[in-house]
Amino acid sequence: MEPRRLENQKANRTRQKAKGRHFLFFKEGKEKVSSALLIFEICLLPFDFSFFFVLLVSSWFIFSPSLTVAADDLRWGADSEGGAPFVFSKPDNPRELIGFEVDLVNALGRELNRRPTFVQNQWDGLIPGLQRGNYHIAMNGLEITPERQRVINFTIPYYATVEQLAVRAGTTGINSLADLKGKVAGALKFSLAHTLLEKAGGIEVRTYDSQVSCLDDLIFGRLDAALMELPVAVYYVKPNPKLQFAGEPFEPVLYGIGVRQQDQALLAQLNDALRTLMKSGELRGIYEKWNIWNKDTEKLFVELVGAPQSTPATSPANSTQAYEDFTKVITNKPTWGERLRRYWSYLPFLLFQGAPMTLLISILGMIVAMAVGLVLALTNLYGPRPLVWLSRSYIEVIRGTPLLIQLYLIFYGLPSVGIKLTPLVAAVVGLGLNYAAYEAENYRAGIQSIPRGQMEAALSLGMTRAQSLRHVIVPQALRLVIPPVTNDFIALFKDSSIVSVITMVELTKVYGQLATAYYDYIGVGILTAAIYFLLGLPFVKLARYAEKRLATDQRTPVPAKRRWFGVK
Amino acid sequence: MATIISVTDLSKSFSDSLALNRINFTVEKAELIAIIGPSGCGKSTLLRCLNGLELLDEGSVQIGDVNLERHHGEQPPDFQQRLRALREEVGMVFQSFNLFPHLTALENAIKAPMVVRKMKRAEAEEKARVYLEKVGLGNRMHHYPSQLSGGQQQRAAIARALTMSPKVMLYDEPTSALDPGLVGEVLSIMRQLDDEGMTQVVVTHEMRFAREVADRIIFLQQGELVESAPPEELFTAPRDDRTREFLKDFL
Ligand SMILES: Nc1ncnc2c1ncn2[C@@H]1O[C@H](COP(=O)(O)OP(=O)(O)OP(=O)(O)O)[C@@H](O)[C@H]1O
Ligand SMILES: [Mg+2]
Repeated sequence: MEPRRLENQKANRTRQKAKGRHFLFFKEGKEKVSSALLIFEICLLPFDFSFFFVLLVSSWFIFSPSLTVAADDLRWGADSEGGAPFVFSKPDNPRELIGFEVDLVNALGRELNRRPTFVQNQWDGLIPGLQRGNYHIAMNGLEITPERQRVINFTIPYYATVEQLAVRAGTTGINSLADLKGKVAGALKFSLAHTLLEKAGGIEVRTYDSQVSCLDDLIFGRLDAALMELPVAVYYVKPNPKLQFAGEPFEPVLYGIGVRQQDQALLAQLNDALRTLMKSGELRGIYEKWNIWNKDTEKLFVELVGAPQSTPATSPANSTQAYEDFTKVITNKPTWGERLRRYWSYLPFLLFQGAPMTLLISILGMIVAMAVGLVLALTNLYGPRPLVWLSRSYIEVIRGTPLLIQLYLIFYGLPSVGIKLTPLVAAVVGLGLNYAAYEAENYRAGIQSIPRGQMEAALSLGMTRAQSLRHVIVPQALRLVIPPVTNDFIALFKDSSIVSVITMVELTKVYGQLATAYYDYIGVGILTAAIYFLLGLPFVKLARYAEKRLATDQRTPVPAKRRWFGVK
Repeated sequence: MATIISVTDLSKSFSDSLALNRINFTVEKAELIAIIGPSGCGKSTLLRCLNGLELLDEGSVQIGDVNLERHHGEQPPDFQQRLRALREEVGMVFQSFNLFPHLTALENAIKAPMVVRKMKRAEAEEKARVYLEKVGLGNRMHHYPSQLSGGQQQRAAIARALTMSPKVMLYDEPTSALDPGLVGEVLSIMRQLDDEGMTQVVVTHEMRFAREVADRIIFLQQGELVESAPPEELFTAPRDDRTREFLKDFL
């Protein structure tokens, strides 16, 4: 009798401790957990705190890089996938970015005594990226337009050019916008060319994320014409025997450097520096090197700084070297041996720059998805009415809206309410919260498929509902959901390619950069796809293994849905 | 002998039907009570009311020091605490065993003591081993439920309940899901517990067992407690016609 009484006292004490923490109420014979806290507790405990550790470590990892922005950096936002001659990967060394704007930003950095740092950003998101403070300046062939001037400031123009139409070689009858009535024409998304095509009326307009893919579509015959600025045409149309210029250039265009409206001092410094570079002839030297020096820019320089400097001191001996290098690459048909060597040289770039980021985003995203998904599922099943409604709506809304829009909202939308996430955090949070909705449904199905008797047995042993969930129901459900969760991980792994739109440089973005460098989408594409496939394989294997090891019932036959038309 | 269970005016209805109608009975310490009756008469419901898996509508259930009382659906504010306290004192064995399939027999037994009573693992294991050996599973402790026969599973379930040191054991048709050959091994454990002075309430269709081992038999019909008497009295001289009708095949 003695030991039992002691035991009861102990039990009573723990009961009293528990009493203060959880408030439970009864309804129609079913216990309803009335505190979100409780659900949280259940969710986190199965991970036995190692989970907390992982979160802690990973969040430190995520947040720390964003805290180190040196004051003397000149962060420069541009899209390296945009192509030549602005900013693009050096064909024989994709890690190195080249282009006339690279030369320009280096000269500006020297004038301002600040170290330029390149920040990758999707071209059509350059202005939002600037506004949310991802970089100090946006310079990537940004045309100065009244619409843009309403939201950001532009420096004095640094380059003047015109718009040029391009068509397939041998096409006749298209010489101006007027000839395009009833035809299909393409342009870079949100570029001045895009606006011009829209304004012309009667033209079916297609827009593209990169100039190169626009011209590809022209070559393939999906477009009748493409409108772009002259430098692009000089680089991609002129050397390409399949394409030709159509008609005369028209519509003057001025490029300016975008600066946030509050950065007045920086704007003044940049203007001074540009004037200095124009006066010294260095800027002209850069343009000549890239074969884009023209009458309009010459006139612009005269207007801005006076008398022209016809023979710049810094002009290289072979003035158009960069352009010739580029056209050689574009027009040269590589042999298979050369191609393979090139792909081989891309491997480290893909594997060490792209793949780790893709893995990091996917794994962290999945951890978030699984944790949040479990909270959602338990809330959904056992929470009080308002929370059930909330988690239900969350799941439906997230599943019913595109991931792309969600990412945009998180990355570009949230800063307007004061939440500014680094691209990595935004990517992880975006993917994680999206997949959480799907994981929640997995867990819910898993939990609901645990027989009632399990909960009853646990309750009859004196466990609370929360304890029963944590020790009996959830561990069994987790084992059941391994196959669907693995599927989702593989899907998330591939979906992570979408985060390049919020400026993450991961596998797909690296692919884009490499593909534009040599203008080779198929070969590099297959290579990248193969890397995705191989990276995903170990996770599939791991899940199979875990599924077998953790199977709750060794005698359970293979579930029917896994059989292929009844044949195992 | 002290009364350990007393049920007073217990009523329970489901949405469409009255399952239990003003049930009254008491159980003395160390008694083995068998509950018999035709299918659907409310045996399981009554048993489940005794440990709160089913919530009584009316009346009270007192087990040991813990009292569950509800009137017109109203309950005392500390009802939840009482319910848990009661469940800690009452072990329950189910027709379908309900072992936790992801845990071994030993882990099944130590889970609740560790979680509910905050017992150290070593202490819980020591205790669980005693009971697993008692039910003859000394060499099967590290087997998963799926690796045990039906009889072994039910014995493991009994050991699991016993490891919580309950004052009362409830069984809902503990042998109904077993092959005839395995029934004996489970019944003999209940017999043994009876000899050791455990209070047990058993819903059963095993009339021979009820007759031989039970101290008293409760006969239920259509949610009513028709008769409660020692087996010899009930089997040889039932006072109620309904009892006689039900037992006529076994007489
Ligand atoms: N959860 C429930 N909801 C509605 N009605 C129920 C529920 N559980 C039991 N009942 C009804 O209550 C009555 C008593 O059921 P109970 O399970 O207690 O019978 P039983 O005596 O255990 O029968 P058996 O011998 O077949 O197990 C039956 O009419 C049954 O249909
Ligand atoms: Mg029953």
